[in-house]
Amino acid sequence: MRTDAEHEMATPPLAAADRATQGPAVPSRRRLFVYRHTIAVRILHWVNFLTLTIMLMSGLQIFNARPDLYWGATSHFSHPVLSMVAMQDGQGHTWGVTTVGSHSFVTTGLFGWSKGGDGTYTERGFPRWATLPSDTWLAMGRLWHLFFAWILVINGALYVLWGLASGHLRRDLWLSRTDWRRLGHTFVEHLRLRFPKGEEARRYNGIQKLAYLFVVFIVGPLIVLTGLTMSPTMDAGFPWLLWLFDGRQSARTIHFICAMTLLSFFVVHILMVVVSGLWNNIRSMITGRYAIEATPTAMESNHE
Amino acid sequence: MSNIISVRRRRLILGVGASAGSLLLGGCDRLSNLPLTQSALSSAQWLTRAAQRTLVSRDALAPQFTRADIAPVFRANGTTDPNNPEYQALAKNGFRDWRLRVDGLVERSRQFSLDDIRSMPAQTQITRHDCVEGWSCIGQWTGPLLRDILAQVVPKPQARYVMFFCADPMDNGSDYYYESIDMRTAAHPQTLLAYALNGETLPVTYGAPLRLRLGRQLGYKMAKYVMHIQLVSSYKPFGQGNGGYWEDQGYTWYAGI
Repeated sequence: MRTDAEHEMATPPLAAADRATQGPAVPSRRRLFVYRHTIAVRILHWVNFLTLTIMLMSGLQIFNARPDLYWGATSHFSHPVLSMVAMQDGQGHTWGVTTVGSHSFVTTGLFGWSKGGDGTYTERGFPRWATLPSDTWLAMGRLWHLFFAWILVINGALYVLWGLASGHLRRDLWLSRTDWRRLGHTFVEHLRLRFPKGEEARRYNGIQKLAYLFVVFIVGPLIVLTGLTMSPTMDAGFPWLLWLFDGRQSARTIHFICAMTLLSFFVVHILMVVVSGLWNNIRSMITGRYAIEATPTAMESNHE
Repeated sequence: MSNIISVRRRRLILGVGASAGSLLLGGCDRLSNLPLTQSALSSAQWLTRAAQRTLVSRDALAPQFTRADIAPVFRANGTTDPNNPEYQALAKNGFRDWRLRVDGLVERSRQFSLDDIRSMPAQTQITRHDCVEGWSCIGQWTGPLLRDILAQVVPKPQARYVMFFCADPMDNGSDYYYESIDMRTAAHPQTLLAYALNGETLPVTYGAPLRLRLGRQLGYKMAKYVMHIQLVSSYKPFGQGNGGYWEDQGYTWYAGI
């Protein structure tokens, strides 16, 4: 026996919509396929995924070379904003200690003191599994990071240019008046893990749009600019970068915060992908086709 | 039925995802060890260098700071006391017998004593020192511009790089620290050979008697304990051919970022 979903999967996108109208009699099981993601978005999305993964992990490798963050132009070694160190207590036992501002936490096994390649504990900021390469290897981390930085910027620029030219940004990401008005409602619905269905699911909702706009137009540019502010040559050519971010070490701190913001975005993104229909979401980002419940209005607009 | 299938499918997707993830991670570690990957990734430095040359003018100055910004304790990195008997003998004598040889692709090579160098017009700059590890310290450096020293030996037109050979033995003495910069960097108005830090004679910890200071690159380019400067057309014949001690360990030759 085949399910609805499987049946429809085997048919080409356009025919699928028609088939849905003749599908099984149970209305709630009727599904309609809409072409959600264009080939450009799909390619840019997966390139971005690969690139951001490499950037994050190689970035943590670079961070580990000096697992402290500071504020200002220089490193005030006695006053880090954040630090991950190994500390020994009176009994000779070593602990991983993470300090944020004036608060310290024991983070043995995770930050400051975790297993090295030979299985014995060693002092390192982020653990092996989070860094690229796994072993402490700053030179290689920098090679990955500063190569893929170019891919990230090119991919991001292509996305924005294509998004502007094709109308994707205006049509799919810009918030409509209704989106703004319903923002509170959408937020509450999200907290209840209830997601738009039927016709509503054709478009991104307000929270989704805000999240994407925030990442694309705020965090993205910020992480690139703070990255460039760490370059001594760029500081000579564009001293306003130092003014903007209050110094090179502040820029490094903001760069780290942006990376953690992107990581949080990624975690929530994955969570949302899973709870709002894992297979449907993944398929739509691979083939472009996204299934929605076939309510009468949804079908009508599809047959326009 | 459809539930079973969706459970299977979910398992399949998660399984594929997890294996792809671990393949990617393991793969990246394995890739990191391949010379081909290293040289491919490393090639991005030339794009970065070209982009920065386009965006930043030849003589754009690194930001200058005030005396109030000077780090109370300037962090010392790399070698802090060269394990080299010849160097130790020179240091013991206040570097009176130390000579800086400048030769290679020049019209007239010559040697400079510390007094020769101290009697030249000097620049004092309060600039930021950025380590590849990520930290920064501000210090005040004094010394003649490298371009003034080079003007005395008159570089030949074929000269493309300035090599710096240092007194600090690396890897238990099997080789010595060395570095190289291009002529453009050598001519920059903030590239100097510093003999003083924060108004004091440069201490051994920071590279006495003379170290290189660059305004726009990372710390590992700024050779300490400089003994010999040589103008060359290529840095390939030296060390392992990558232009410097840390470059031979995989760090990029261009350290403007």
